[in-house]
Amino acid sequence: MAARRDAIAWSKPFVFAAALAPLALLVLDSVRGTLGPDPVAQLEHATGAWALRFLLATLALTPLRRATGWPGWIRYRRMLGLFAFFYATLHLVVYVVVDLGGFWSQLLGEIAKKPYITAGVLAWLILVPLAVTSTRGMMRRLGRRWQALHKLVYIAGLAAVLHYLWQVKWGETIAVVEPLVYTGVFLVLMAARVPAWLRARRAAA
Amino acid sequence: MPAYRPPRIPSSEITPEAVWTRRRELLKGMLLAPALLAGCSRESEAEAAAAAPEAEPEWGRPLSATTGSPYSTREAPTRARDATTYNNYYEFGTDKADPARTSGKFKSEPWSVEIAGEAEVTGTFTLEDILKPHTLEERIYRLRCVEAWSMVIPWIGIPLGDLLKRFKPTSKARYVAFTTVERRGEMPGLRYPVLDWPYREGLRIDEAMHPLAILAVGLYGRTLPPQNGAPLRLVVPWKYGFKSIKSIVRIDFTEKQPATSWNLSASEEYGFYANVNPDVSHPRWSQATERRIAGDGFNLFGNRLKTLPFNGYAEQVGSLYAGLDLRRNY
Repeated sequence: MAARRDAIAWSKPFVFAAALAPLALLVLDSVRGTLGPDPVAQLEHATGAWALRFLLATLALTPLRRATGWPGWIRYRRMLGLFAFFYATLHLVVYVVVDLGGFWSQLLGEIAKKPYITAGVLAWLILVPLAVTSTRGMMRRLGRRWQALHKLVYIAGLAAVLHYLWQVKWGETIAVVEPLVYTGVFLVLMAARVPAWLRARRAAA
Repeated sequence: MPAYRPPRIPSSEITPEAVWTRRRELLKGMLLAPALLAGCSRESEAEAAAAAPEAEPEWGRPLSATTGSPYSTREAPTRARDATTYNNYYEFGTDKADPARTSGKFKSEPWSVEIAGEAEVTGTFTLEDILKPHTLEERIYRLRCVEAWSMVIPWIGIPLGDLLKRFKPTSKARYVAFTTVERRGEMPGLRYPVLDWPYREGLRIDEAMHPLAILAVGLYGRTLPPQNGAPLRLVVPWKYGFKSIKSIVRIDFTEKQPATSWNLSASEEYGFYANVNPDVSHPRWSQATERRIAGDGFNLFGNRLKTLPFNGYAEQVGSLYAGLDLRRNY
């Protein structure tokens, strides 16, 4: 058991470096000017997609633990969750600073009027307190409430996939495939939790 | 039709050339400053210099055309490479990189166009017949996509109205309908029911007769590559890009407003008129501003522009829509 724990601790710097690789590639492409004809759209798409991937990876750890019986999965949860927040923040910064730069009045109107922007902003706002309370100290201080607070990640996940689904042209069957795949993965990860929730309710009753 | 008045270029549209040519340098300098401090500027500069010279165009044949049209904008054109690799042409796939990649089998020669409907002269005409009596003109136009990005493209073509008049439309011809070619073997995107194929578009006849509307056969001094709508496409610069139908095989003079592809697919999002209008949002995104595909390699900042009514061609075409509620007729 002790050896296994060491293996996890040992693996973490590698996971951390791997999680930064997408950012490194984006920076390299930005500096070299090889992001394609619409580089800002490419940055927005890539940072958003990585935020969603890390969020789904985070949500996959609990079902993985139940399925495999190996508790070690959970020890990667905070790091992956924080990377989801990191890429979501980059996504927001690219949109607000690089893309909208100077046209911020438009942003306020869009947050209120455009459901996909509303959903995206909501997802990010939910991730903020989760990131802030991700430390060991905060976990201890919040006790049972920490668990309840962090259940908000399900709402963030739902808002994130809606944010993606809402902006595709629904005429384009093929363009819809990618957001539908993410939505499908999200729903599978949610469904995987249902048996445990039902068991918990029965135990409580 | 009102007599032609040369467009007035608002002074806001004119950037002093010295500032214009240096704008990327200024921004680049700002962004590379940290790299400079880190001592790796030499490498980055060398790479940027290597990426800078434009690759020789690889498509089509050179075309000669008269230049200096008073309708041409003086804004800096988008890079040819970007305009020919970033295309919405769903018959070749829905990703913007697809059309350039998957259109290799497309044959734009020989080509003929069927002229039908409410006109005295109808029938099938070869592309050569269509073009013969006309002089090719270069027109540098802004292109505004409904997805809120834009380009500046030097088209080569002929005024649409000049061609249409040759077929002597009758008094019943109130609209002009256009149809794109549909060749499953050459256009892989047609396998998917993305839209109700073939792609169709249409204009009111007075819109079609407006001197700004052209049929293009080339861009950047060469014939059109397939991904840009070879060999013959419409360019209506005051309307969203999807109105400018590509690879036209049929032109129909009609009495009734023709069905158009995106309107059939999602009528609440895409109207028949589709005039560029910053005040009428797409249901899911704002049309108030646009991102210019400026294209000189390093273009992350400063590309968002205010979208202008009728894409900046209001002075020329505004009178076509006098009395029309543009909010309802989007």
